[in-house]
Amino acid sequence: MRKSWWKILGVFIIFYTLIAGLLMEAPRLAILNETIRAMHFHVPMWFGMVIMLTASVVFSIRYLRTGNLKYDTYAIELVNTSILFGLLGLATGMIWAHYTWGEAWSGDPKQNASAIGMLIYFAYILLRNSITDRQQKAKISSVYNIFAYATLIPLLFILPRLTDSLHPGNGGNPGFNAYELDGRLRMIFYPAVIGWTLLGIWFTELRIRITILKNKIDEQD
Amino acid sequence: MYSQILSIIKKEIKLEWRNKTAFNSVLLYLVSTIFICYLSFNVKSGQIQIVTWNALFWIIIVFANINGVAKSFLQEGEGRMLYYYTLCKPQVILSGKLIFNTILSVLIAFTGFVVYAVILGNPVGNLGYFILTIFLASIGFAGILTLVSGIVSKANNSTTLLAILSFPILIPVLLLTVNLSKNAIDGIDVALMNEKLLTLLSVDAIVIATAYLLFPFIWRN
Repeated sequence: MRKSWWKILGVFIIFYTLIAGLLMEAPRLAILNETIRAMHFHVPMWFGMVIMLTASVVFSIRYLRTGNLKYDTYAIELVNTSILFGLLGLATGMIWAHYTWGEAWSGDPKQNASAIGMLIYFAYILLRNSITDRQQKAKISSVYNIFAYATLIPLLFILPRLTDSLHPGNGGNPGFNAYELDGRLRMIFYPAVIGWTLLGIWFTELRIRITILKNKIDEQD
Repeated sequence: MYSQILSIIKKEIKLEWRNKTAFNSVLLYLVSTIFICYLSFNVKSGQIQIVTWNALFWIIIVFANINGVAKSFLQEGEGRMLYYYTLCKPQVILSGKLIFNTILSVLIAFTGFVVYAVILGNPVGNLGYFILTIFLASIGFAGILTLVSGIVSKANNSTTLLAILSFPILIPVLLLTVNLSKNAIDGIDVALMNEKLLTLLSVDAIVIATAYLLFPFIWRN
């Protein structure tokens, strides 16, 4: 992770998606029209968030198996970055929904589910702050992290599919996968997911390094 | 192992029977909340809208559950926990608590339903299905609240933390339940609901399975 090539790659990809996502030709779909471009900035936030939360759960499990506090630091910092991504995802989604659905918050199941997901992880941070002992904090919050993830998955991926969603691609709304496989969107969208995730990992790596350094200083005092 | 589980359940029931605090206080809580709802909605029996009836019922049941079920680990003193720890495996403790809490939760829900139906009217069309929903929801609530209560018992300022931690995790179960019970009230054909019922059942299974996996880690310190 100390190499810099992936950071350069991430920044490069993000610049590419910024330019291409805003300037290149987009397909004309009913209702969506030009707002389809929001997809390149909104959806990668959720992809990035879910990828990082999954990584965080993996580190929580590794912490519980090994008892190495390093993994707990990884888990919490990944959650912090995911929360940032989640909030950005909500914000970009609300801006888009304001113009496409007419209201910033229209009670769409996916929108509600992601807001609840945010609440779960705010609770996680609150839990961490309320325990003082370092080992116990790590252990208890790892358990909560895994448990929260296990209930978050049905919330994000199963429940919205049981009801109709307003989101493109659901319930007969024109979307990206539904019936037109548009290469022009894919060319920008997939790199955008990779680019934002790399940027998120970079944030996380910096925060982890800061925390580890802080812990070292605390130990010296 | 089974005898151990059984004796834990017996001990919980005896403890409950002797001071009757948990169940009685929850009962009083239920009745007074329902009565407050009745007075503040200012309704004659049977005049409340079905959607409101349903939502209100489940909100009351969730709060009653948080008050009643979640105490399970909070009331155990530090010394007694240590004593259990020397006696038996964490899985045994969890099983005992879980079964007792499920019984308690089912009791709360059914008493709540009876009182609620008497005071605010009973619009339920498909009673069997409604009862099945109550039953499955209670298992889910009990599973989540038992684990969260175990987590919270290790942190300070437990009671506030309990509500904050358990709420977002309860929402997936709650959403499914509200949906199902709305269908049961409307008396929709059973064949159309089975899919959702199975989803609720699998969410319950996920919750309980993760609780079994994670509980030993909280128990250990």
